[in-house]
Amino acid sequence: MGNTLFDKIWESHIVEEIPSGPSVIYIDRHYIHEVTSPQAFAGLGKRGIEVRRPDLTFATCDHNVPTENQHLPIQDPSSATQVDKLLKNTRRYNITCFPPGDPSNGVVHIIGPELGLTLCGMTIVCGDSHTSTHGAFGNIAFGIGTTEVEMVFATQTLMQYKPKQMKIEVSGKIPKGVCAKDIILHIISELGTSCGAGYFIEFTGSAIGSLSMEERMTICNMSIEMGARGGLIAPDDKTINYLKGRKYSPEKEELEKISKKWGILFSDKDAYFDADYSFDAQMIYPMITYGTNPGMAIKIRDKIPYAKEIGGSDSFFKSLDYMGFKEGERLLGKKIDYVFIGSCTNGRTEDFRLFASIVKGRKKAADVTAWLVPGSKSVQRELVEEAIGDILREAGFELREPGCSACLAMNDDKIPPGKYCLSVSNRNFEGRQGPGARTLLCGPAVAAASAVTGVITDPSEFLKE
Amino acid sequence: MSFEKFKTLISRPVIIPMENIDTDQIIPARFLKSTTREGIGENLFYDWRYNKDGSLNFESVFNKSSRGLKILAAGENSGCGSSREHAAWALYDYGFRAVISSSFADIFRGNALNNGLLPVKVSKDFMKQIFDFPYMQLKIDLEDRRVSFVDSPQYERPKEFKVYEEFEIDLYKQKCLIEGFEDIDYLLSRSILIEKYEKENSNFTR
Ligand code: SF4
Repeated sequence: MGNTLFDKIWESHIVEEIPSGPSVIYIDRHYIHEVTSPQAFAGLGKRGIEVRRPDLTFATCDHNVPTENQHLPIQDPSSATQVDKLLKNTRRYNITCFPPGDPSNGVVHIIGPELGLTLCGMTIVCGDSHTSTHGAFGNIAFGIGTTEVEMVFATQTLMQYKPKQMKIEVSGKIPKGVCAKDIILHIISELGTSCGAGYFIEFTGSAIGSLSMEERMTICNMSIEMGARGGLIAPDDKTINYLKGRKYSPEKEELEKISKKWGILFSDKDAYFDADYSFDAQMIYPMITYGTNPGMAIKIRDKIPYAKEIGGSDSFFKSLDYMGFKEGERLLGKKIDYVFIGSCTNGRTEDFRLFASIVKGRKKAADVTAWLVPGSKSVQRELVEEAIGDILREAGFELREPGCSACLAMNDDKIPPGKYCLSVSNRNFEGRQGPGARTLLCGPAVAAASAVTGVITDPSEFLKE
Repeated sequence: MSFEKFKTLISRPVIIPMENIDTDQIIPARFLKSTTREGIGENLFYDWRYNKDGSLNFESVFNKSSRGLKILAAGENSGCGSSREHAAWALYDYGFRAVISSSFADIFRGNALNNGLLPVKVSKDFMKQIFDFPYMQLKIDLEDRRVSFVDSPQYERPKEFKVYEEFEIDLYKQKCLIEGFEDIDYLLSRSILIEKYEKENSNFTR
């Protein structure tokens, strides 16, 4: 029997297999940020050991940083302490760090690929669940806890059990107006938020192949919301083209040489998957969530399902209650208060381009507050260079400075209790965007159309014109 | 971090019969700003335990049951969401030593195991029994990999009642918990193998 893409990468990273136990796996790239690293550094200090491979470790500040006035000291004392600790620790252990304001700074999962640090066939970890994003380049990339961060610091390895493997095929032509976020929300709403537990998911099929690298990242990013450890997509020419000329990418000849090795990074025809699903892209429509997990999503033109249709239990009603919705209700036309564009899911240049293409020549609804947060300094620069910043400004929107921002509301960007926020991020859990905040997840097109009308709007109407 | 060795545990469970309890509920993001692990249990399930004005929420199961219970029983897909290890620290620091559920999110499960908090996966039927008989004590025996209801004469059990169930945990992790041994100690002992891998192996980046 053949091997899967996952098998090929996994096998090449085994340092030791422990009988009836986990394997010791070598880690090629370790990303760290200010929130999940301080206790790991403290652990190293206690043991009196050094970071084994500081050259494979890269740090950024993203979760806590304010998205305005980054040149000023951070006001919140505990955020300031975390950032300060990261700067001190990375200096102490010789780790490259991109602090706020640095031209390479940004959300960890945006800057990894952007800087050419995320290559192909790698094992990549970070103390952050959305590390799955890097799977878009054909990597085994997954989130780890702080104790594991310490293990990687100390040994550049981790103890891991080989997960089960799932294949999700999306084939056919993607309808106009449907974006990567709609595809992944569609999949999660069909399969559920726990279907991936214990699995790594490979996404394949003609529709996936037709996506840009940025869109593939959106898909892999949210594989974690199905309960999976991570998702991955086999690299192709698009992947290699993306890597050309980036700050840390291998030089031209070197890239040519190693990309030959990447030629085997695909699942063999007869490879075994423990689970297998397929979707027809033509069935997908712009999506939106109505509840408090990413699986509670519908086509934007549809009604919220009745509990009896989907076997909804107490938690279904608790969820609707939190959101202030009723079963069978339509979301179209409902008033919104906030719009958030950003995060490692949809905070890349393409996402802002799509948003701008819809708001261009229109005006932001007066009673909508919009936070547009580029995923990185580089995204911010590109938007200005492409004059997208101007389009946005004319439509009444303002770009902020990069960071995780309202995706998890650790900084000041919190949605007030009871307010509705259309958000292109990845989690609509209770209180995720601030205590009592009501989050509706969607793609940049739905967010853009709704930001100019002030109510939940099907972007198809705008794309027709 | 060092944790208590785990052999057997007897406790009444704290019951949260809800699915998809995510780590944002277990420990909201705004409490992730500390740079140490200590004292984090004070903020466990903060938005459930306290009202918006900061007063105690008497409806919360945590305020109805006494602190000191060592087992948390929760619905399917427990610990989903963010990878924050703070969730496992907070549960441990609050006093829990085991979480029982019919399924766990992978990262949470791993984090729990790394911190002396035993994730016990049982069948949906067994889970339902736990939810239906919340006042019965449970006994978790890690050596026998078994979770059982402790006999208690004041509760009448239905005929079909399943008294115990076995759960899975691999030998290595079982040993780590019983002996209070951590992965990092093992990995540090493998430095020769790691060096060898670094020298010899041509993986996909070189
Ligand atoms: S943008 Fe959101 S999901 Fe992504 S790393 Fe930041 S907090 Fe996590």
